[in-house]
Amino acid sequence: MPSKAAFFDVDGTLVKTNVVHVYAYYAMNRGSVLGIAGRTLSTALSIPLFGAMDTLDRKTFNEFFYRYYAGLSEDRLITIAEDMFEDVLQPALFEQSQDLIDQARRSGCKVVLVTGALDFTMRPLARHLGADDMIANKMQFVGGKATGKVIPPIIEGANKANAIRAYCTKEGLTLDKCHGYSDSASDYAMLAVVGRPTAVNPDLRLRSIARAYNWPILDLK
Amino acid sequence: MRPFKTLQKLYDEESQVVITEKGSPPRALFYGEGFLQEDLPVGTRVIFPRSPMAGVPNVKAAIRWAINHPEGMDPLHALLKPGMRLTCVIDDISVPLPPMVTPDVRQSILEVVLELAADSGVDDVHLVIANALHRRMTEAEMRRMVGPKIFDAYYPDRYYNHDAEDPDGIVALERTAHGEEVSVNRRVAESDLIIYVNVNFVPMNGGHKSMGTGVSNYKSLRHHHNPKTIRDSDSYMEPKTSALYRSNERIGRNIDKHLKVFHIETTLNNRMFGAPVDFLAKKEEDYTEADRLKFQAMRYTLSKLPRAAARKVLNAIPAPYDVTGVYAGATEPTHAKTLETSWKQYSVPVEGQSDIVIFPIPFISPYSVNSILNPLLVQVMGLGYFFNLNRGVPLVKKGGVLILLHPAYDEFDPEHHPSYIEFFHRLLPETRDSMKLEHKYEKEFAENPSYVHLYRKNNAYHGVHPFYMWYWGENGRQHVGKVIVAGAENNHVPALLGWDRTDTLTEAIEEARGFMGRSATISLLRIAPTVMVDVK
Repeated sequence: MPSKAAFFDVDGTLVKTNVVHVYAYYAMNRGSVLGIAGRTLSTALSIPLFGAMDTLDRKTFNEFFYRYYAGLSEDRLITIAEDMFEDVLQPALFEQSQDLIDQARRSGCKVVLVTGALDFTMRPLARHLGADDMIANKMQFVGGKATGKVIPPIIEGANKANAIRAYCTKEGLTLDKCHGYSDSASDYAMLAVVGRPTAVNPDLRLRSIARAYNWPILDLK
Repeated sequence: MRPFKTLQKLYDEESQVVITEKGSPPRALFYGEGFLQEDLPVGTRVIFPRSPMAGVPNVKAAIRWAINHPEGMDPLHALLKPGMRLTCVIDDISVPLPPMVTPDVRQSILEVVLELAADSGVDDVHLVIANALHRRMTEAEMRRMVGPKIFDAYYPDRYYNHDAEDPDGIVALERTAHGEEVSVNRRVAESDLIIYVNVNFVPMNGGHKSMGTGVSNYKSLRHHHNPKTIRDSDSYMEPKTSALYRSNERIGRNIDKHLKVFHIETTLNNRMFGAPVDFLAKKEEDYTEADRLKFQAMRYTLSKLPRAAARKVLNAIPAPYDVTGVYAGATEPTHAKTLETSWKQYSVPVEGQSDIVIFPIPFISPYSVNSILNPLLVQVMGLGYFFNLNRGVPLVKKGGVLILLHPAYDEFDPEHHPSYIEFFHRLLPETRDSMKLEHKYEKEFAENPSYVHLYRKNNAYHGVHPFYMWYWGENGRQHVGKVIVAGAENNHVPALLGWDRTDTLTEAIEEARGFMGRSATISLLRIAPTVMVDVK
């Protein structure tokens, strides 16, 4: 029974994609030709807006973005997730992501993915990487259709830290012995809450934070 | 300026030991990336390295002779069979210091061996660097070590660093009678013949340590890289007094039982400094006017350069070592010959121990080639290596004072020494007790996925390495009564290491005399080049 876990952010840390790519894939694979064309166009037009919002505030970005799932059926979403993993996520995996995860497991850690993406989109990836568990956002479904709303609390920023803390309490893990891996300064709280934080492919802000606190810096690219 | 005739009276030109008198010149002393010029108190015993021995006239001829007349094994050509699997295991960049002028002796050995292998129909040849838990060598360093021809032919598929953390790359052999685990690199274990290419920079290198440590892993190394083994070692340099060597010997004999290992060991002389800085190897009494000017110019320049630039300058000067001996064959008889030649170059007999011993710490260590001598490495140089440069009787008396000359800056290389940073800033404030550190934290650092990843994929020392550096100073720490770092530029580094600090060497000597008494005897080991004291 492990007493510690390694918590991995996904986007930018283990794979070089983010939720926008995932959504774009869904848009491209939804029903009619006209629907595909319409969604593709609206997605393409929205990308600059997404980018700007993501830079400003991850939480607002996620809430805004998930509305685009409204009306999609649950079983369809799960089916597309499998294809999406093969077409989008697997090719985007960093070369050394699997090595790092395997090493974490060898060192006696439970491997947990922590992501702002929706759980059904990440399940195939978690399975592929051999993750033991996942902390992710959950879409609200009514009558088998997505409402476009995420069941709170939304997993992002400071909430990732709360979710990790709650997870450790629930699983009987020692937070101080746990490892955290992320690429973004927006995940500072997640890295600060664990005893062994590591910056992976860090952005400039996280790099300077990691340097200041003497956190190890990895490059999986 | 004292006339040369006056200076000549003051010491015996043949002796490596000079007693400081009123008219003695100031000493040129290493001080990290700079130099100090210090007048020592009258009566201070200054111990100088021996002059370089003559090198063999033709290195490749010496290599050929050695592999054709090996100790306790058939000549190499008789061991090579067409279609066999051959692995050459090579000492890493930690020896010699500084890196030698090209062609490196390892290149010369490989050129002879690989040509012979090719002529014998041996095509399945790999070159494995025996870096153990040291950092992986970079592509440029690997090219420099074996030369472009071999590099281009073998790199990267057949010339690579050993990976002690590759889950599929290690094979466990039978344990020793003491229960020590014996693990070796899989390619090595599955070879029909292994040729170990060694550079015996100091007597601690070579012999059973080559295979027992170089291509092993943490599980096996922890049996001798631990505080107890180090405390039980009077000197790492003398096999008879080293528990570390005895453990490696048990492991090595097991390896020899299971694998066919043909050692090629080489010894170097003391020619550490080439033309621009060759005066550093002289006694100050022998300095010419030109030498004095060169020294002052170098000291001034280095003091004005940013530290990183000074480091670059010093690291860019390779050592023009000559090869003094090449020996080949079975582990033990080969190594016995190597040790004999090694001690001939390094051993300086001295009468009795001293109350106070001064070690000038240079800019380089086995673990900081092309990097930074961080505080833990300053510690390992002083209490680990320099303290152990003897045959079992240290130069400093039990309870005596060591004075180290170094700025003791708080600088680490995050690329090469990431786990050192955490060890120094998180663990040492809690405890300096090696046993406690081993028990409480060693495994955690050894298994930390981030440090393992940096060791395997980047150029970082293994996560456990700072522990080994700390343990390495253990017998010195247990022996001395006080350590003072003279010229330390801050308070916190010496404090974390458990040392006192002073601004100058003079103040350090005063403090040491206050501790040991006014009549305390003083010795200064004038390193580098390498010198080992044979205390009678």
